[in-house]
Amino acid sequence: MRWPVLIPLALFVVLLGFFGVRLVKMNQGDMPDDIKTVLIDKPAPQFSLPPLIEGGQGFSSADFKGKVTLVNFFASWCVPCRGEHPLLAPLADKVQLVGIAYKNKPEDATAWLAGLGNPYQVVAADLDGRVAIDFGLYGVPESYLIDREGRIRYAWKKPFSPDEIQHKLLPLIAELSK
Amino acid sequence: MIPETGQFALILALLVALTQAVVPLMGAASRDPARMALARPAALAQFLLIAVAFGALMQCYIVSDFSVLNVVENSHTDKPLLYKISGVWGNHEGSMLLWVLILSLYGAAVALFGGNLPEALKARVLSVQAMISVGFLLFILLTSNPFVRVDPAPMNGQGLNPLLQDPGLAFHPPFLYLGYVGFSMAFSFAIAALIEGRVDAAWARWVRPWTLAAWCALTLGIAMGSWWAYYTLGWGGWWYWDPVENASFMPWLAGTALLHSAIVVEKRDALKGWTILLAILTFSLSLLGTFLVRSGILTSVHSFASDPARGVFVLCLLGLVTGGSLVLFALRAGKMAGGGLFAPISREGALLINNVLLSTAAGTVLLGTLYPLIADALDLGKLSVGPPFFNAVFLPLMIPMVLLMALGPFLSWKRGDLPGVLARLKFVFALAIVAAIAAWMIAGGTAGPLWAAGGIALSAWLILASLLEWTERVRLKAGFWRRVRNTPRAAHGMTLAHLGLGIVIAGITGSTAWKTEHIQVMQIGQTIDVAGYQVTLDGIEDNVPGPNYTALRAQFTARKDGRVIVMHPEKRSYRNPPRPVTDAAIHTNFLGDLYVVIGEPNAGGGYVTRLYYNAMAPWIFMGAVVMVLGGLVSLSDRRFRIGAPKRAAAAAAVKA
Repeated sequence: MRWPVLIPLALFVVLLGFFGVRLVKMNQGDMPDDIKTVLIDKPAPQFSLPPLIEGGQGFSSADFKGKVTLVNFFASWCVPCRGEHPLLAPLADKVQLVGIAYKNKPEDATAWLAGLGNPYQVVAADLDGRVAIDFGLYGVPESYLIDREGRIRYAWKKPFSPDEIQHKLLPLIAELSK
Repeated sequence: MIPETGQFALILALLVALTQAVVPLMGAASRDPARMALARPAALAQFLLIAVAFGALMQCYIVSDFSVLNVVENSHTDKPLLYKISGVWGNHEGSMLLWVLILSLYGAAVALFGGNLPEALKARVLSVQAMISVGFLLFILLTSNPFVRVDPAPMNGQGLNPLLQDPGLAFHPPFLYLGYVGFSMAFSFAIAALIEGRVDAAWARWVRPWTLAAWCALTLGIAMGSWWAYYTLGWGGWWYWDPVENASFMPWLAGTALLHSAIVVEKRDALKGWTILLAILTFSLSLLGTFLVRSGILTSVHSFASDPARGVFVLCLLGLVTGGSLVLFALRAGKMAGGGLFAPISREGALLINNVLLSTAAGTVLLGTLYPLIADALDLGKLSVGPPFFNAVFLPLMIPMVLLMALGPFLSWKRGDLPGVLARLKFVFALAIVAAIAAWMIAGGTAGPLWAAGGIALSAWLILASLLEWTERVRLKAGFWRRVRNTPRAAHGMTLAHLGLGIVIAGITGSTAWKTEHIQVMQIGQTIDVAGYQVTLDGIEDNVPGPNYTALRAQFTARKDGRVIVMHPEKRSYRNPPRPVTDAAIHTNFLGDLYVVIGEPNAGGGYVTRLYYNAMAPWIFMGAVVMVLGGLVSLSDRRFRIGAPKRAAAAAAVKA
């Protein structure tokens, strides 16, 4: 037996190791799309973004004052955003829903919203992703729930599921809106 | 009663599979014909039992038996019959049942049509096949039983995800599974050969038709999935490098490499160890895909409801199947030393480079797919790898492969004459350049990117060279038809499959480079020019009833050169589960698709509309169909049927 025939086996064992680690972590409740943010209960980053659609309304961190806000980062090139999208529209009457198009050509993002419907009250454009860096964005979609004082109260570093909205987001909004 | 029958049949199938996994293998070791002969009836019985179970589940769906949990979760009485049936495999449990059904179907096919196989090889192949069955039947019975009852039964079901209620997707999983489960045959043949310690030309000849059949099905399955994404997701994209797509694409790449390396084993008795390894890897990638999709360890758009417990089970199966076979390979590969020597520039050499490029491509897709997981385990943070990575790594591998693919069939075995071949191809080269420039000019010159000309040149190079090779083989003069008939079908098949890929490349290039897109608010009666079509929004009809949805239906008229085309895109709101779905209207003229999507109404009484002209997009799907045809023609080659008359005679003797 010559040693090169062992290479495939060795690589495979390493791969199994990685899968094993992942499954163990999942059993401990650490799902692959579950990312903690250090920003919870801290003030949201200071920023001011231009509107996505020319002539529309931009958004700055000052606009958090007095309203419970859900900031949702999205992009037209992001497939999970497409899955999340229909879940957002029903939230519009419960919270100030702000969409931020992340590193997205305005015409693409506009087209995307035009086609699927625009659930947001305000849509701003983060062309170079600078604000996303301040929020510690890992990818899109991500959502941040911000209270009337402008503090981040909860973060979803993954697409919403109907379950998550029902059992986590809506109760939190109700509590913060009291 | 019917669900219990199904469950009982599954348990019986497990027992039969256990017997089939053990007895024929022992029989082959001790050269006991009686025990080896058990493989055949066992394989048939296993298939029939699993078919009974599958039929039982389908019956529950057709009659909407809501005392069965699986039916409740995935069906609804309002659903059209087609989607009640396709709902059977539109969920985790049912699709696993389809998985084992197809696994046992291949086993039964070997039992029925493997008359020309040596008894010992057939016994071992069927035993290995049954071992895989045992693993997956246990998986279904222990973690994913589709026949679980609910009491009390609800009045109606929860319905099927509307995105899945589509004819393209209804038939996509069966073909996909016929493909990647089909690679289990090549795997079983490889393990049997390792146990026997012998790989020869005859082995390669037996393994090739099974691999080819699986490859055809997988190609079609992937093409159907891509076509579905193209016309239902509503924005004209057809490939996203999503983990689930990659899960089917990796076995395709490895399987394509296997098809080509098996030719070298058959013709030249070389690359034996490599071919065995590829057979193991191809099926392992299929299993890996199943694991990735079912365990939820990667985030993806269209995975099944994931469950870590199931993940552990499939991971153990993967470890046993792949780990075990790689150990066996390490122990036995030394005996596989090849006989045929060849010069680097030769048909074998070209096929070897093809193999290196295809397996590297499969490896990069694997790396890109698993990178988020590896990075997380090494605490590099959670991240995702997107299309830019795959395009940057995958395309540079495919360009030399396509360049070489055109040359390969011209090279002779053992030692090829590269300068001679290049001299024969100089007109093809010139024509390809001319075609590229012409296509680029017609598409509007500098309106499109320069690389598009390169893509078209590559496509034309492959298509023209394949045609030249074919015409040199059959010579376009007297006796043409005789030579066409006398040429092995495998050669015609190769030409067709290579032509098909050339068409796909043209389609990919055109649809990426020359797509035009118009997004605007249109008033009723307004007309917009899209790539030469005058497209008018004629009217809108709201609340159009469908079987389980209501739709906002628009009528567009597209006019070009006196032709009038009426198109009806819809925006559907499904009731169970409630979800909006856009239904694009597509008109194809075979050079491109006019693709029309209706969006939201706006305050001014207009509607947001998206009008695309996807130049050459239909070529992607037509090309894939041509590739599949090539595979089928090759599959009908006479040499795979050798021994058929002998078998018929033997059968007649038995009857008499």
